[in-house]
Amino acid sequence: MTEPVDYQTDPTRYKHWKLQFDGPVATLSADFDENAGLRPGYKLKLNSYDLGVDIELNDAINRIRFEHPEVRTVVIDSLKDKVFCSGANIFMLGVSSHAWKVNFCKFTNETRNGLEDSSQHSGLKFIAAVNGACAGGGYELALACDEIILVDDRSSAVSLPEVPLLGVLPGTGGLTRVTDKRHVRHDLADIFCTTSEGVRGQRAKDWRLVDEIAKPAVFEQTVRERAAALAADSDRPSDARGIALTPLDRSHEENSLRYKHVTVEMDRAARTATFVVRAPEGEQPVDIAAIEAAAADWYPLALARELDDAILSMRSNEPDLGTWLIKTEGDAAAVLAMDATLLAHRDHWLVRETIGHLRRTLSRLDVSSRSLFALIEEGSCFAGSLLELALACDRSYQLALPDEPEAAPCITVGEVTFGLYPMVTGESRLARRFYDEQSALDAVRAVAQQPLDANAAFELGLVTSNPDDLDWDDEVRIAIEERVSMSPDALTGMEANLRFNGRENMLTRIFGRLTAWQNWIFQRPNAVGETGALKVYGTGEKSRFDWNRV
Amino acid sequence: MSSIDYNEKIPNNVDLAGDRALRRALEHWQPNYLEWWQDMGPDGSQDFDVYLRTAVSVDQEGWAQFGHVKMPDYRWGIFLNPEKPGRKIHFGDHKGEDAWQSVPGEYRANLRRIIVTQGDTEPASVEQQRHLGLTAPSMYDLRNLFQVNVEEGRHLWAMVYLLHKYFGRDGREEGEALLERRSGEEDNPRILQAFNEKTPDWLAFFMFTYFTDRDGKYQLHALSESSFDPLARTTRFMLTEEAHHMFVGETGVGRIIERTCDVMNDLKTEDPATLRAAGVIDLPTIQRYLNFHFSVTVDLFGADESSNAATFYSTGLKGRYAESKRKDDHVLKNDSYPVLQLRDGKLVEKEVPMLNALNEVLRDDYIREAASGVKRWNRVIAKAGLPFTLSVPHKAFNRKIGSLAGSSISPDGEVLTQEQWQQRKSQWLPSSGDREYVASLMGRVVEPGKFANWIAPPAIGINQQPIDFEYIRFN
Repeated sequence: MTEPVDYQTDPTRYKHWKLQFDGPVATLSADFDENAGLRPGYKLKLNSYDLGVDIELNDAINRIRFEHPEVRTVVIDSLKDKVFCSGANIFMLGVSSHAWKVNFCKFTNETRNGLEDSSQHSGLKFIAAVNGACAGGGYELALACDEIILVDDRSSAVSLPEVPLLGVLPGTGGLTRVTDKRHVRHDLADIFCTTSEGVRGQRAKDWRLVDEIAKPAVFEQTVRERAAALAADSDRPSDARGIALTPLDRSHEENSLRYKHVTVEMDRAARTATFVVRAPEGEQPVDIAAIEAAAADWYPLALARELDDAILSMRSNEPDLGTWLIKTEGDAAAVLAMDATLLAHRDHWLVRETIGHLRRTLSRLDVSSRSLFALIEEGSCFAGSLLELALACDRSYQLALPDEPEAAPCITVGEVTFGLYPMVTGESRLARRFYDEQSALDAVRAVAQQPLDANAAFELGLVTSNPDDLDWDDEVRIAIEERVSMSPDALTGMEANLRFNGRENMLTRIFGRLTAWQNWIFQRPNAVGETGALKVYGTGEKSRFDWNRV
Repeated sequence: MSSIDYNEKIPNNVDLAGDRALRRALEHWQPNYLEWWQDMGPDGSQDFDVYLRTAVSVDQEGWAQFGHVKMPDYRWGIFLNPEKPGRKIHFGDHKGEDAWQSVPGEYRANLRRIIVTQGDTEPASVEQQRHLGLTAPSMYDLRNLFQVNVEEGRHLWAMVYLLHKYFGRDGREEGEALLERRSGEEDNPRILQAFNEKTPDWLAFFMFTYFTDRDGKYQLHALSESSFDPLARTTRFMLTEEAHHMFVGETGVGRIIERTCDVMNDLKTEDPATLRAAGVIDLPTIQRYLNFHFSVTVDLFGADESSNAATFYSTGLKGRYAESKRKDDHVLKNDSYPVLQLRDGKLVEKEVPMLNALNEVLRDDYIREAASGVKRWNRVIAKAGLPFTLSVPHKAFNRKIGSLAGSSISPDGEVLTQEQWQQRKSQWLPSSGDREYVASLMGRVVEPGKFANWIAPPAIGINQQPIDFEYIRFN
């Protein structure tokens, strides 16, 4: 059996990235160890990456967010001669299962979206200092930065060679960001995306593929100046002390994942995993000094990190467990008190970063290819921030206890429900639920902060179903058994369709197109058949296509 | 602006006069080329009359016409070996099909890349060598340097011809870029790193022409097998000229060795300090130069496991050395080849698919030939009765490219620690002291028949002229 993928790391264990700090500017340098791939069978030559490289990147960005609040601009560059990053390792893709590729692409997309998320919400800016060849996923990483500066040495080019070389599409939003973000004219984009050698120098700038070009002698200087200019506009604090992201308190057993506030129990026979999120317990910080003192143990931050790790771990390591049941346990009042603290100090950098981490973690749920059912039972605390878990689910079941109203589980809509954790579409899950219809949102706002039992919640449309204690067991059991029996592929497609039901934006298009087009192409014989382009790349074997246009 | 009298000014066998598109491209390019030559060609030489070989046609008489000519007036021409009607592709997936007379769109990008990379080395070496004329050890050697330079210029023409003729606007832009890059310029370097290094002295020049131009020979041989017929025919003709460059290198180093051996025998010493005091280059220094140039050149063949190499071969763009003389299936799908790897502190061979190992195959072919010339140098030493042998270092020594890059391996192939390497590398590679000493010998000796103290005269002159012939008129 292969080792499970572990998303936890720290800079002392990095094999691929070098992280340096200089006041408001951090430099994250790609120096991928070609012999340190996460799985056997390929070498990470020319700064090409696999999941392991991206796990480090994700960790490094989180460390900058939390451990280095003084950093305002992150410069991403390379320590390899003449190569910035040549994208995802093709041989890795060639030996990987379809599921592995899709999961890999999803995570790398989330990491890149995270750069844009931090730029938008937290004043953390990113510069791609493209000091060498920049191909495929390397260029997509650059595209996720605020600015791209390309060295003008007459040979370094940016490129998306996936179509001409590999018979697939760029898998990390390349096509979409070239058009939606950078507004490259579509016919020029057509040339760019079919020219394996890419575009360099002035033309790259003229076509808007990069923001700036700089000769080698002035490249570093240009990067420094742009980094300083971006830093000047940031509101990250200059005098704050970071907090250490200490190792997670985590234990991994055959059928469970246990953290301090989160537990995942796996039922392999039923093909379900049950996530239980527990409310904060005991006295919680209410002011900044106490929050800083609690640091990584502060409940909302610890929760974000644990839930994030659980989601990532379950997605990578338990692909057969197709239905996740989401539960909560504890005191709803404690959750609402935590929310009050978050809102009171939301402009403080550490609180802002914590909210950001929760926002991105919840966004992972939205794009997880698992059926998500919330089970709102006795002793649960789906209130405020934790209600967001239920709102993220495909369905929610709330237990009605007509005979014991005092024991009946309630949900509570909080101020946070109305927009503290927007989906990648920019709208709240609540607004998504009601298609932004004012009357429905007003009705919910009228009962905010009030515990809502199953019937009340059902009436408002906040839960899917409100079975009473006599019906509960069978109704929930049958719903789950029915769900796990359906085609996992069809469910993945259907769920994504329904979850992203309203506004489209660049990020929904990235995920949608990845799921629809790329994952289709990834499956086709023209890519992965015996003579498919991805399969034969690098062997000297020529790809043989089925010319039938579909 | 008067237009060019094509057949007179630019000797060619490609019907330049009748090809409007090619003329338009070259009319624009040629003035820029001449400007480049004025700026970056041999320093201070523009007015000299140099006894040069010029190719005016590809037949027996035409390819080597000798006469005094000012270099800017040199008739850089465009020559392809004659077309063989009905030529078939003889390796790779297209084996048996007709050779291509135009660029298949499918292979445009890779062909362009191959041609640009090859083309870029030609002006680069002229730039690397442009100051050497100021320190020539003799008029004969100065003439040889200039001959090499104008022919590198012509080889640039040959590659630019292919770009202009077959690659449209892209090709014209690449043709301009070949004149815009500059060897060693930080902002604007040549493509391959070895061509951004200085050629600081004449020992380095001779080593370069022996070792590095021989890499050019092997690359040209591989390209002369190409399914893209114009590339095959162009490079085939370039090879006739490349031979002279290696001759300059081999005899140049040989003459330095000869002179050193003479002084060793005269003074009856092997002591480098004594020999240096006598103004000749001691054999250990020559060995260190050899080690350096050999290892840098061996890197030029590229990574030992290469997907590009496999693609270039299977798609028919680039064959092996002497492809047509090899006795195998010329498809190579089921073959393997051993490449060296460092594993657990030991150099071990690993079998990799032949197609992916073709850089290594070409490198090994090269090494065999490069080593054989070194044997000829050893004969000079043996003839002088001295107990010293030069040798090429181990293939894994001082590598910067491929899986052996960055490993610490002695010239004998012994795997060392990083510390051992640091301690001992000055025994194996030229130190700054070596380079300073060799530089100190570089004066300018240009009277006909006279030679610098550190180099012996050649056995015979150029084109059967006497050694004291006036190869250059300085005017």
